[in-house]
Amino acid sequence: MIKLANPSNFLAFANKIMPWLIAASVAIVAYGLYLALYVSPPDYQQGETVRIMFLHVPFAWGAMAGYTLIALSALGTLVWRHPLADVAARAAAPIGAAFTFVALATGSIWGKPMWGTWWVWDARLTSFLLLFFLYLGLISLWQTIEEPSRAARSAAILALVGFINIPVIKFSVDWWNTLHQPASVIRVGGSAIHNDILVPLLVMALGATLVFITLHVAAMRNEILRRRIRTLIRSQVEGGVEV
Amino acid sequence: MTAFRALLYRDILLALRLGGGVTLAIGFFLLVIAVFTFGIGPDLPLLARIAPGMLWAAMLLSALLTLDRLMQADFEDGSLDIMAGATLNLELGFAAKALAHWLTTGVPLSLAAPLLGFLVNLDPGAIIPLVATMLVGTIAISFTGMIGAALTVALRRGGLLTAILVLPLYVPVLIFGVSAVQAALGGPTSFTSPFLLLCAISLASLVLGPVASAAAIRTSWQ
Repeated sequence: MIKLANPSNFLAFANKIMPWLIAASVAIVAYGLYLALYVSPPDYQQGETVRIMFLHVPFAWGAMAGYTLIALSALGTLVWRHPLADVAARAAAPIGAAFTFVALATGSIWGKPMWGTWWVWDARLTSFLLLFFLYLGLISLWQTIEEPSRAARSAAILALVGFINIPVIKFSVDWWNTLHQPASVIRVGGSAIHNDILVPLLVMALGATLVFITLHVAAMRNEILRRRIRTLIRSQVEGGVEV
Repeated sequence: MTAFRALLYRDILLALRLGGGVTLAIGFFLLVIAVFTFGIGPDLPLLARIAPGMLWAAMLLSALLTLDRLMQADFEDGSLDIMAGATLNLELGFAAKALAHWLTTGVPLSLAAPLLGFLVNLDPGAIIPLVATMLVGTIAISFTGMIGAALTVALRRGGLLTAILVLPLYVPVLIFGVSAVQAALGGPTSFTSPFLLLCAISLASLVLGPVASAAAIRTSWQ
């Protein structure tokens, strides 16, 4: 693990595992979709629309895990000043925002037949929308500050402040109004979901996680290369000035 | 502590004498309320029902407008450099600045709210809870807003970015503030519990705001 903290070693490692990651995510997502769309039975109340859940829930989990990853990387940036920590956070932000968007969009499509409306100002939806805004704020902060090391530390501070605020936001909107069902997969007294639905859901969750990791490693690789190009261009320009 | 008091006094004096600050914010507050009302129409019972939420949201937007004054002028004339390099604890200095911001914008906006409430048929029983929640809530608005101002101080077009960064953090304040006022008007819950939660958020922001803003400013000098 410590060896991987070196950007060059990380690049070599990323290049080596990339094909495996792609193959594994395609295979697991394909198998998960097969289970979700053909094998699992329709819900006795919701009918076929319950299948939206197999995309909705894993992506929502991924969106929250993505923000946690950013907050942990922010700690790495501020405490150890590690350059890869910022690369990891920066690469995770757009992916996390996309996962949040997919969770919101599939939820909205699911909400239309079930609740009769595309959007309700319910606790879970509102806090997820705010998570989406936090992601957008982080991305725009990274894009606006030109100097990389300053951008890294500023974004890290914002990510940590946002991370402290997420429980507050969640609590406040929960308290405010609710329609979304409470947590039912992991809870005291065992899962409330039958195995026929739980197994495809967990396979899809594994698939979504793999998709996240694959995209994240690829984005980190691109970010490292982008910084190298930047350094190369800069050294060329500075060399030109000296001559 | 002397430095704290000096900075507090300086910021209050600057806010009062420079002009364009709080009077502008109150003017904006009035405009937002007027625009909302034009949009909704002159339905008095409806206005009475949504008045607390409308006043709170409009107050939030007006306070947002004043956030750039927290850091921008000090950044431009170099006072911020001196503060960062001085022996004064930067966290304490920023606490003084945020406190001055609250005294010169949060308090006047909270006191102006019930007057604007007459325009939107605010229930007279809501006046005291509205002012109380706003006085407490604007503490959180000044102190967490300072984080956004500190992060974007050296940037061009920083003002818009501040709003994007800070608004998601303001949502809990808005929710608890409005629900406390609604409760005081005879809602299903009691006034005390949302009000106490609002106080808790404001107390937490007293610590979080200066620490995070000082960290943000230090990144610019490293």
